[in-house]
Parts: sequence; structure tokens; C-alpha cells
Amino acid sequence: MFESSLKQLGAALRAKKISSVELTQLYLDRIAQLNPRLNAYITVNPEISLAQAKAADMRLAGGNTEALTGIPVAQKDIFCAKDWLTTCGSRMLHNFVSPYDAHVISQFNNAGAINLGKTNMDEFAMGSSNETSHYGPVKNPWDQARVPGGSSGGTAAAVAARLCAAATGTDTGGSIRQPAALCGISGLKPTYGVCSRYGMIAFASSLDQAGPMGRSAEDLALLLNTMAGFDERDSTSLRRDKEDYARDLDKPLNGLRIGLPKEFFAEGLGSDVAQSVEAAIAEYRKLGATVVEISLPNTRLSIPVYYVLAPAEASSNLSRFDGVRYGYRAPEYSDLADMYEQSRAQGFGEEVKRRIMIGTYVLSHGYYDAYYLQAQKIRRLIAQDFTEAFRQCDVIMGPTSPSTAFKLGEKGDDPVQMYLSDIYTIAVNLAGLPGMSIPCGFGANDMPVGLQIIGNYFDEARMLNVAHQYQLATDWHSRAPQAL
Amino acid sequence: MTWEIVIGLEVHAQLSTHTKIFSGASTAYGAEPNTQADAVSIALPGVLPVLNKGAVERAIRFGLATGAHLAPRSVFARKNYFYPDLPKGYQISQFDLPVVGNGQLTIQVEPLSGNAKPYEKVVRITRAHLEEDAGKSLHGDFHGMTGVDLNRAGTPLLEIVSEPDMCSAAEAVAYAKTLHTLVRWIGICDGNMQEGSFRCDVNVSVRRPGEPLGTRREIKNLNSFKFMQQAIDYEVQWQIDTIENGGKVQQATILFDPDSGETRMMRSKEDAHDYRYFPDPDLLPLEISAEWIEEIRANMPVLPIKRRIAFMSENEDAYKAYCIKLRQDITIAYNQVMYGLSEYDATTLVSSKELADYFEACVTVVGQENAKLCANWVMGEVSAQLNRDGLDITQSPISAQQLGSILMRIADGTISNSGAKEVFRIMWAEEGGEADAIIEARGLKQVSDSGAIEALVDEIIAANADKVAEYRSGKDKLFGFFVGLAMKASKGKANPAQLNEILKQKLAG
Repeated sequence: MFESSLKQLGAALRAKKISSVELTQLYLDRIAQLNPRLNAYITVNPEISLAQAKAADMRLAGGNTEALTGIPVAQKDIFCAKDWLTTCGSRMLHNFVSPYDAHVISQFNNAGAINLGKTNMDEFAMGSSNETSHYGPVKNPWDQARVPGGSSGGTAAAVAARLCAAATGTDTGGSIRQPAALCGISGLKPTYGVCSRYGMIAFASSLDQAGPMGRSAEDLALLLNTMAGFDERDSTSLRRDKEDYARDLDKPLNGLRIGLPKEFFAEGLGSDVAQSVEAAIAEYRKLGATVVEISLPNTRLSIPVYYVLAPAEASSNLSRFDGVRYGYRAPEYSDLADMYEQSRAQGFGEEVKRRIMIGTYVLSHGYYDAYYLQAQKIRRLIAQDFTEAFRQCDVIMGPTSPSTAFKLGEKGDDPVQMYLSDIYTIAVNLAGLPGMSIPCGFGANDMPVGLQIIGNYFDEARMLNVAHQYQLATDWHSRAPQAL
Repeated sequence: MTWEIVIGLEVHAQLSTHTKIFSGASTAYGAEPNTQADAVSIALPGVLPVLNKGAVERAIRFGLATGAHLAPRSVFARKNYFYPDLPKGYQISQFDLPVVGNGQLTIQVEPLSGNAKPYEKVVRITRAHLEEDAGKSLHGDFHGMTGVDLNRAGTPLLEIVSEPDMCSAAEAVAYAKTLHTLVRWIGICDGNMQEGSFRCDVNVSVRRPGEPLGTRREIKNLNSFKFMQQAIDYEVQWQIDTIENGGKVQQATILFDPDSGETRMMRSKEDAHDYRYFPDPDLLPLEISAEWIEEIRANMPVLPIKRRIAFMSENEDAYKAYCIKLRQDITIAYNQVMYGLSEYDATTLVSSKELADYFEACVTVVGQENAKLCANWVMGEVSAQLNRDGLDITQSPISAQQLGSILMRIADGTISNSGAKEVFRIMWAEEGGEADAIIEARGLKQVSDSGAIEALVDEIIAANADKVAEYRSGKDKLFGFFVGLAMKASKGKANPAQLNEILKQKLAG
């Protein structure tokens, strides 16, 4: 059952081979058994989940079903869900029970999916290893001494360890794709604006985007069908006709033009990762694709640009966490300024504070032009690189991350080394493009390697097709970690 | 040694939308604390702003009313600072790309003292931008703690910034009053100053003639015109004294204390925040189409200055001349009749749109040749009674049509002015009634029978031979004495014009 695709689970539920309550209970039992080792979930709430499952069973009995009705889906703890503790991985929100549902959560609720629990994450989605969570690091199911990646590390580990049928993530600089790569699962960051950000706790508003994480491209298509869509409560949400992201899954890849950015295969890329990615490209040639070398000259600037813009927006977005209305407030303080200082000093972790400091600095009087404005200009150049590239190819491919999962604590003291693990993913967010990662082999220490697929704006259906055809031809995506 | 005063104003006008600028919560005033604070108002994690179209429409109306530049593309920015009544830790405002730029407002200045004559002045408006209001911190009644009420958080404001074009308290007050009339006139703000719907910050500096601008101090949050005048007078004197005593004015934000009549420092420039403005990534740039602007323009009322000009002009040539003098566009035809009123009357009658409408409705009944009569009554009897009863013109128990029906009877000679006052008084007290019926019932009709008046005059002349002789020997002033006697004899009903004529004739001998 834990190896079934979402399509198979849906069929089983509709055929009454299993009830949603039974299925949900199976997952809850597995979580109870394995989560203490992995720490993938911050919150499970069997009462709510089973109540939802019961309602889904009624709906299934009535025949009024959608693809995800009755299927347990884990939610990254960045999404506000009514009556659920919603911490965003931070002490700051250790006691915040949301009074409302994020748009993405209501979409799942409306589809009849079961909220199985809230997954662990880097604090306020700031991190690439899930080590900045106030609720402790998540362990990689393939090797518990290693990180799952981040910030959607809890989701990636939960999917890899079969602690849910599928799950959600968010991606500001690679937070869906990098953990998907490090945990050997599939993950998709849609075009900016495809999924509403309403109710998704903001990190860097102009970069944040929700997306699905699962065990196959086919599963991702079903999840995205539920998550995507215009929402008038998010002014950056895109008004577009509803589309079926699974519509092109079965198209053959004959004539597909794959662009390989030479900058993605240069210094800094682990040879084990390079080997798996090149093998995947070879597989695509077999499937009928042609390969063209492209150049993204400005992507080398994407890390410095990102670490100006994202902290700038974050420093403002996180100002609402002041201890006044909800969340953490220091037990003792002498006056108003001290209350702010103590509450924020104690409520936020080191990485969050570092980024608030950077963001405050780059927006300060006298520095704004040199940092923020300059970074915005380069951001536009980075986007132009992609526009140029897509004149020559249909999709861009390369590694998701320069290395496989590293050891817990290995990069803890060196933020720049940590930031470099997102070197191939960040440019995609800066350009607002869709990107995904799918498993394409194993590297050093038998840890999974991810292949990144970058599409043009709104080309999610084609990307899913490209990924699905590869997954029909290979079995990397169906490997399960044996270490558990 | 003379000093020049330089004053610029920043006015926060609360826009009259029913819901907040970035959420659907109500903006109604006076509700229980935090009952109008929705998820966006209290800045729950994950919520996002969605711009209220009605607020933008009101900003456009203001831009059109001041002949301003309307930016086809403007940008919302975040102004970052911490305060408990600012739930997001930033205020959404507009910074380097505001929606309205480069407007102007013509003001009539009534000098506050001396015998100086009223004069007109054009004040330039630098910009007007949309922003959200903060909540309120409540001190007291919380056992040493501070309460926060977020009902007002997110209420739409239009911040209207003038150039430093004013050089006296009188000019500043005239500008603020004209602006106050305008925002109500075009229906974008209720102008309620007690409830904080119209708040003024005044920047004041002084300098020697010919010298560069002095250092300014900003008087915050003035909510009455009287306080504004007092605050400016005090502040100007304080700055002059400071400099003349060898001191220097430091840039600062100050508050006016109406009880002491003094200003005091709130924060100095050193304490000034670095607001770290940057474009709000949650909101797209605000784009305003030319079509939308035209749609709004088509529904704009005739502006107070245009109606004032029409009220003053006796004909089209005069109208055009005034338009040129007051820098108004004459190509926009004002097709209503011209009244030829005095400047003072015209200015008073356009102090609110409702008053101007009332006046014109009255003129419609009585006829434009009697416009002056209507103006006198609206500004005299009607205003006095409204004041006495604490009502505004929309609550007048006597409608413009009813007033017109009374004034008609003065115009056609049926009743005298004092008779009309009697009718007015009765109608006001009884909140209605027919003018003609009241005249009939109270016997207020004038005697216009020349035979009866002649008989009466003959009797008076016969009974006062000595006075008649004095009059005839050149003591003209006695004429009034005879009028008084005759009126008394007629019990006030003699038609005054007729009486005068007959008296003059008979006294001439």
C-alpha cells in the first residue's frame, strides 16, 4: 500500500478496497513508529485527520469524488491550517494555532484530501539542511547521519520514508527541489503565481512559491491540479484558465530539445552527481531528445543577488513577529523596546536573525541603491538569460544540487558553504520560472542524486511529461530507503 | 527686523470607503475595540493585502479636482518601523511613485487681524499618495499596561502634501479649510475632524527676506483650524525668539498642547527612523487606465471654485475673466445661470456643496433676478436658525423650495421683509406649512392700496405740522420719522416702497 501511486490509491478508495480511515490509520501508525527517528513531522493530530478521513469516506460512498479524495497528504508547517498548530519551524510561533486555512490547504480540503500532519522545516524556510528548525533537525531516511536538505526537509523525508502518500513544500531558492534531490523523491516548484501564497507564511514574497512533492511526476501532476489556481486574496496570483497538468504525461519525447547550461557543469559540481546527471541525459537521448549546450552567464551572480533580495523582503515580512498579538513573547522585559528585543532575540534562531540583519542592512539609508536596487537590476539580467536560452531549447537540465546529502552539522558553521548548496536552483526563483527535481541515480555513499528540469513560464505540463517519460524508462524514483 | 514665515502642510484625509484599503473589514467609526480587526488588520502570519478599488477611485477624484498629474503607474512601498499599533511592523504607503502629483488649489485668504482685505492665492500640491492608517494605542484602564485597538488599522488615507507656499497662519488655515471643503465636496472624505478623518501636520520655518529656507519644525496631528492657527502663531514666535536670542532651530517633530497654547518637542531629527522603504512585493504596481480616469471625470461634480466664479459673475464675460484670474480652465463650460453676487457671498455659499445646492435650488424657485435676496436669506436667517438649533443645511426643517415660496412673496410685494421673517419663523417651528396659507391666516399681507396709504399719510401730515415744516426747511433726516409713524399706523403692513413714494410726494408739498 505504501508503494502505491496516488492514482492507484484513489482507485482502491473508490473501489472500497480500503477506506480512507483505514489508510489514514496505516500512515498514522507508521508515523508513530518511524517519526521519532526521522523527526519529519512537527505536528500530527490523529483526531482531526481521522475526522477528515471519515468525511472523505462518506464522500466516497456518495460517489462525489476527486482524484485526491480520501488520500492522506502531509503539509509543510509553513501553511496555515485552521485548528492546527502552525509553527513555521520557529519558536516564535510555538503556540500559534491558526484560525484560518491557507488557500493551498482549502484546495486540498475541498478535494477531500486528508491533512496527515505538519512537516518539519528550516525555521521560516531559511536553510538548506533542515538544521535551523526549532523542533530539531530532520534525518535523511537514506542515512540518518545525513541531512534531508531544506527547507522542505520534513516533507522530503516523509515522502521518502513513506510517512505520507504525498506532501507539499515551498520553494524560495530551492527549498522543494534540493531536499527532493537529497531524499530521492520528485518535487516541482511551479511558475511564480501559479499557487496562491495566501496563508503561506511569507519568507521572501517575490520568490516564494508552493509546490507538490511526491514519489513520481504522475503524482505531482495530480497534486498540482489541486494546488494551482487563481485566488483573489493574493494580488500576485495569476488569473489563468484551469489546466490539467497530467494532460501531456504520455506524450513521447521525440524531438525534445534539452539545453545544458555549461555553467552548471563546471567547477564545484561533485563528480558523482555529474556522472548520474550525464547518465540521465544519455537516457533522454535514447528517448528521442536532442541536446544543445546553452549559457546562462549571469547565474553566477544569483547567490549574491538572492542573499540581498530574499533577506531584504524577509526582514520586513518577519517584523510582524513582535510578541504583541500572538506567538512568542519574552517572559521578562523592562519596556516596549526591550519587549521587542527580548521576544525577537529569544523567539528567532541564529539563521533567521542573520538574514534579518542582512536584510535590514541592505535596505538602510545610503545602502539601498548599492545593494537592493543593484540586485533588482541583476535579477532582470538573470531572467533575460533564461529567455535567451529558451529560444534554443524546450527544457533546461542539470544537477539540482552540487553534492548528495551531507552530514548533519557538516556545514553548520559556514553559512556561505550552506548557501552554495542552492547554487543551481536559486536563479530559477529569481526568474520566476518553474523547476523540478527527479531522482536520477545514486552518488557517493549511495545517497540519491537529483536531476533538475527547468521549464519556460507555465510549461509545467511539459516538464511533468518530460519527467514522467524518464520515470517510465527508469526506476530510480521507486527505490525506497532500506535503512529504516 | 522683519521675518518671513514659510509653511507647508501634510494632510491625512481618511477616504470614505466602507471597507479597509487592503481588506474587507469595516471602516465604521466608534465600534468596540478590535471588532473590526480581521486577519489582515491584525497581520496574522500568511495574510496578504488586496487593494480596495474605491480608495484608488477617490485618489483619482482628488487628482482631477486639483488639476494634478495622475500617474498611469504608481507603486506601493513598505515603510518599516516597530510600534504596537502597527501590526505588520510596516505601513503600506507610496514613496517615490505616488498616484497623484503636481496639483494646485486656489484659496481665499481672510487675514486674521487688521483691516487687510481678503485676497486669493494659488497653493501648489506636491503630491498625494495612498496609504493605510495605523491602529490606536490605548493608555489607561489596563493596570499599567497598554491596550491596542486595531479597528482603525488599514483604514485608507490620502496623504496630501503641499509645497511650502504659505507665509502666514491665515494662509495655512485658508488652505486647510479649502482642502477640507474640497474633499467633502467631491465625496472622498467625511471631513470629521473630531473623529480624525482630516488631520493636519504643519511644517513651519522662518527666515530673513532673501535668505535660504530656515530649518523647519513639524507640528503633528492638528485636528482643528483654531488650534492650527494658535500652534503656528506660537511656533513662529518661538522660532523668531530662538534665533534672535542667538540660538538655532533644530529640525524636530513637535506637538501642540491646546491647554497651554504651546508647542513641545516629540522627537528630534537624531531620533528619526530609517524607514527602509522598498516596493511592497505583495502588491503589483498600481496601473490606472485613461478610460477609467475619463469615466471618473464624467461623474465629477462642478468644483467649488467654478461655482463660486459662476455665483460672482453677472455675465459670461465676467465669468471668463474670473476663470483667467483664478487660473481655472474656461474650456469647461459651466452652463448654469450667473448671479452677480459679491465675492464674500459667493465664498460663503460654496463653503459646502450642500449649502451651494440649497442656495441654487432656492434661486430656481424665486428667479435669478432675486439671487441676492436668496443669498441674504440663506446666509442670514437660515444659517442663524441652523446654528441656533445645531443643525446642518441638510437637516433644515425648511426646504430650499419652501424658502423660495416665502421669498417669492417678498419679490412680488405680497409681504414685507419682516412679514417674511414671521412666515419663516412659523414654518420653522411647525416644520412645514404653505407660505401663502400662513400669510393668509396671520394677515401678513401688505397694504398696497395706494388710496389707503395716501389717507394714512394725509392724517400724519395733518397731525405733525411742526415736523413737516422742519422737514420742508431742509431737515431731510426727519423722513425716517414719518416712515416710522406711517408703518406703525398701518400695523406694519404698508408696502414700504409704495409708502416711501407717497410720503416723499406729499411731504414735498
